[in-house]
This record gives sequence, C-alpha cells and structure tokens, in this order.
Amino acid sequence: MFYREAGQFKASYQNDQQIFPIRQDQIGFIALMAFMFLVVPFIANQYWLQAVLIPVLIFGLAALGLNILTGYAGQLSLGSAAFMAVGAFGTYNFMLRIDGIPFLVAILLGGLCAAAVGILFGLPSLRIKGFYLAVATLAAQFFIVWVLVKFGWFSNYSSSGVITAQHVSILGIDFRTPEMKYLLTLSIVVVLALLAKNMVRSSTGRKWMAVRDMDVAAEVIGIRLMRTKLQAFAISSFYCGVAGALYAYMYLGTVEPEGFNLDLSFRILFMIIIGGVGSIMGSFIGAAFIVLLPVFLNVAFHGTIGAYVPADLASNLELIIFGALIIFFLIVEPHGLARLWQLTKEKLRLWPFPH
Amino acid sequence: MTFFLEVLIGGLLSGVLYALVALGFVLIFKASGVFNFAQGAMVFFAALTFVGFTEVLPGWTGLAPGSGAVFWLAFILALSSMIVLGIATERVVLRPLVNQAPITLFMVTIGLTFFIEGVAQGIWGSHVRRLDLGIEDVPVMFLLDNFDMMISQFDVIAAVLALVMFVALALMFQYTKVGRALRAVADDHQAALSVGIPLKHIWAIVWSVAGFVALIAGLIWGARNGVQFALTFTALKALPVLILGGFTSVPGAIIGGLIIGASEKLAEVYLGPFVGGGIEGWFPYMLAMLFLLVRPEGLFGEKHIDRV
Repeated sequence: MFYREAGQFKASYQNDQQIFPIRQDQIGFIALMAFMFLVVPFIANQYWLQAVLIPVLIFGLAALGLNILTGYAGQLSLGSAAFMAVGAFGTYNFMLRIDGIPFLVAILLGGLCAAAVGILFGLPSLRIKGFYLAVATLAAQFFIVWVLVKFGWFSNYSSSGVITAQHVSILGIDFRTPEMKYLLTLSIVVVLALLAKNMVRSSTGRKWMAVRDMDVAAEVIGIRLMRTKLQAFAISSFYCGVAGALYAYMYLGTVEPEGFNLDLSFRILFMIIIGGVGSIMGSFIGAAFIVLLPVFLNVAFHGTIGAYVPADLASNLELIIFGALIIFFLIVEPHGLARLWQLTKEKLRLWPFPH
Repeated sequence: MTFFLEVLIGGLLSGVLYALVALGFVLIFKASGVFNFAQGAMVFFAALTFVGFTEVLPGWTGLAPGSGAVFWLAFILALSSMIVLGIATERVVLRPLVNQAPITLFMVTIGLTFFIEGVAQGIWGSHVRRLDLGIEDVPVMFLLDNFDMMISQFDVIAAVLALVMFVALALMFQYTKVGRALRAVADDHQAALSVGIPLKHIWAIVWSVAGFVALIAGLIWGARNGVQFALTFTALKALPVLILGGFTSVPGAIIGGLIIGASEKLAEVYLGPFVGGGIEGWFPYMLAMLFLLVRPEGLFGEKHIDRV
C-alpha cells in the first residue's frame, strides 16, 4: 500500500536511470542519511561510536571491496586483509614522508597502492580459476604480511612493524573525538558505497557479472577477460585499502602487520556470506552482524546465566555459535540477509492486497 | 653436500606429513566435490580427542596410564568419534546442500571448521598438551655415525607410518568392493548411481576414511609439536600441496607434499638468509602459484575443458 511504484511515471531518461528508482526508496535513503549524519553523533555515546558504528562502517567497506571481487566478478579471494594492510601502511608512509600532504590525498594514494598490489596478485586469475585461485590469493595474504614485518622501511623501523597513526586534520578541522572520526568515516564510506552502487549497474558491473556467470561465454560476446578481471581486482583492492587505512586511522590508532592476518580475511569473507554475496547493502548488514555478534553473545551470557562464564569457555561457545550460524545461514538462505530484505520488499509491494 | 642432503631429507620427511593432510582433502574432493576446509580442524579434533581419552581412560577403567591398552582403547574411541563426526557432517551439513555451487560448499566447511574447533576445545579444554607415542625425537644413530647426518628418528618412523597408510589405502581402493565403489563415484556420480552404488553411504564412508586419515595425521603432528590449536593450520600447509598435485589425484598429493616439503626447507636454508629469513610461511604458496601459471590443473589434476 505504501511501498509501490504505481503512479510514479518516468518521463525522461534521467529519471529512468536514477540510483533509487522508487520514490519511497529515495525518501528512505535520505532519511537514513539524515539520521546517520545529523542525529547519531548527538545521541550515540562514546562506546557505541568507537566500538560499534565505526568498525561496522569500516568492515562494511572492506566487505564491499571483497563483494565486488567475489560477489560481482566471481573471483574467490582469501587475501582481503592483506590489501587492507597495504592501504594502511601506504597511507601511513605518504603521511610520514610527504610534508603537509592532506589526509584525503594520502588515503587515496594508499588505496591506489593497494589497487596496484591487487592487480599484481590478480594476474594469476587469468589462468587459474575457482579454488586454485583462492589458494593463490593466500599467497598474497602471507607474502604481504611477511614483507611488512620483515622490511622496517614500511613501518619507519619501529619494533615488530607497529605503526601509530598520525594525527588527522582536514582544512584546519581536527579529527580527535569519536564523533568527528565517525563523521569522517561515514562520509568516505557513503561516497564509496554510492560509487560502487553506480558501478555495479553500469557496463563495468554488468561485465563483471557476465564473467562471474560464465567467463567463456562472456569472452565470446566480446568482453575482454583480462581487463575485466584485473579491473575487478584493482577496484576491490582499492576499497579494501581505503578500509584498511580507515581501520588504522579512525578505529585502532595503532596497528601491526600481524593484525591483518588470515583471520581478518575470513571474517570479511563471512560478512559477505552472511550479508549477501553480490549485494552492496548486504556487505554492511553482514559487517554489522559480525561486529555485533560477540557483543550480543556477551550480553546474552551474562543475562541468561547471570554468573561469570570462564573466558575460554565463552570464546569456545562463540566459535561454536559462529560456525553453526554460518552453516545455518548457508543451508537456509544461501543468498544472505540482503535477500531477506529483498523478499520483504517484494511482499510489501503487494501488501495488504496480495492479489 | 652432507648438509644439503640433511636438509633435503628433513624436508622430504616433513613433506610426507603434509601429504598426509592433503590426502584427506583429496579423498573428499574426489568423492563428493567438496573442498573440505575443515580437514585441519578434523586433524585437531582427532588429536585432541585421542589425548583427552588417554587422560581420562585410566580414571574410568582402572588401566595403568600410558599402557598399551589405554593407547588402543583411546585410538578406537577417537576413531569412532571421527566416524560419527564424518557421518554427522554428511547428514546435517552436506545433504541439505546437494547441488549447490562449489563455493557455497567450500564456505560451509569454513563454518564447520569453527564449529569443530569450538566443540573440540569446549570438551577437552584449550591448553597445549603433550602427546607421547613412545618414539623419541633423537637422530638416527646409524646415519650420524656413518654419514655424519642428523636425521630425526621420529621423522623417519612417522614417514614410514604414513607410507604404510598410503599403501594400505591404495590397496583398499584397488582391491576391495568398497574401494571400487569409491573410485566409481569419484569418476562419475551419475554413472555410479545408475549402476546401483548408494551415493549417500559412499559419502559417509569417505568422510569416515578422511576422519581416519585425520586421526593418523593428528597423532603424528601432535606428537611432534604438541596438541594445540596451531594444528588446524596444517590445513593451510596442505593447500599448496593440493594445488601442486592437483585436487583430484592421490599420487599428486604425495608427490606434491614431497616437493613442497623439500623446497620449503631448501628455500629457507639457502634463500632465506638473503631476505631476512622466515620465508617458509609464504614460499610454498608462491611456488604453487608460479607452478599454476604453467600448468593450471596441477601435476596430476584432470585437465579442465571450458564449454559454453
């Protein structure tokens, strides 16, 4: 009754090609943005901003990067954390070695470094497919972390490669408080997410999907495989790199190469499985789910059992629940939470008159 | 020269152990097309269950701790747990996902990895344990005296054990009815079904055999490095072995394991000093990746033909 496109006529091509073709979606999106930008910084406390909202946004961005590669272009990757590391260390070095470089430029350059490394490790994808490629991306994961630990230049010769993020200020505005950091993260993430949303519905994204669905067929209809695959690798790594830089500068403050380990790569992979493979919004839903799950479990343990739960038992239970949830999700809804949202929208279109 | 041989043989022996883990992958991949990432967790689970039983059995049955009876009883109990785990996995996890994309099946086994790790540590606790098989980790005296080479006795015995198991499995595949059925399923699911081979039973059997392989691998690895969470990472070591040998080939797993084991140790000793060491962690992957650029299906893998 409230959510349907009936009566909304598209009189021009411009209208027809909007990102959100249905007016209710537009209103919803604007309302969400207004809420995130104008309301959240005032009502959320320190804990929520630092421990929940900022990581959800950052991991969402990294998941989006992986989703471009795995969900849209169909190239399974287990090395996304390594590309995050390249972004973080790249940004750090640009900030360190070029005097007075604006933060946004540094982060952009850091992302471009990640993209270059992504292209390099994407090269095998031209010959290798499927699981073989997944293992090849593991090479990137281990190799990059090793390089960052081993060669002190990348971390300005600090012990065991730890870097401490420099102070960030843009146009004279300091980004010290959680509120300011949140706003900066949110702005970057929103811009990149809208860009991605546009990319996947343009010819670029359609090429990716054609390659994902069947690469030989895509090649036959004239899509250049090499360019398309490497482009997907580059853009995906760029997103991961920017997410990595934000992870270092806006979330943790100090990071070490070992922090970007295989575990993190897997967590990002889970975000897109649970959120929805091949969905922009799914990346963020998945990130929220994975970030909030431990918090939720913690509260649940204390709420139901009341007493103190030993730390290792709690972490084991977390592993079990985590694993079981992933299995459950894949069996019940292989397309993730984003698919549930889509189904809800379909239902809403008909509601309350199903026929 | 002696030093080179020492490194080479040491590498080959540890390669046998990689091959042991890779073998579990290959068995399951061949029979059911599932890339079972949980193999490492199964190794961990098997070793931990075995050690756990050897600790609690003397209390339950009154047998002397460390006696042969405890060992075999614990072995049988651990093996039964692996079989139950394998059958349960097939029932609960894989059966609902028949005909899904391979990537979905792969991801479900990652979930399974977490689940198994959590269960294993939840039951038996998460501290590091020692596993004593009664083989001492000392150099083989004969080689040390005559050729001045340091080769661990433990590694040699472990490699012999592994080879015995390879031969036993090969014989089983070749000459028993079950083995023939397994090979038929690996060849072609539909053809196997049409001649009346029960696919579901075969899958349960394959997962059980993989559980058995995981148990052996877990015992050997556990006795060498202690039974701890790091055992699950043996799965990561097995991946380059798999790529090198091809996902569907048992001899490939063995030869791939030997190549990876030897080259990894040689690279660490001879190339490592030039770049600061610690290259063992990524060298096998790079080697496997470079190899794939030449032969995308691995040494013995089936050639993939793309059709539209």
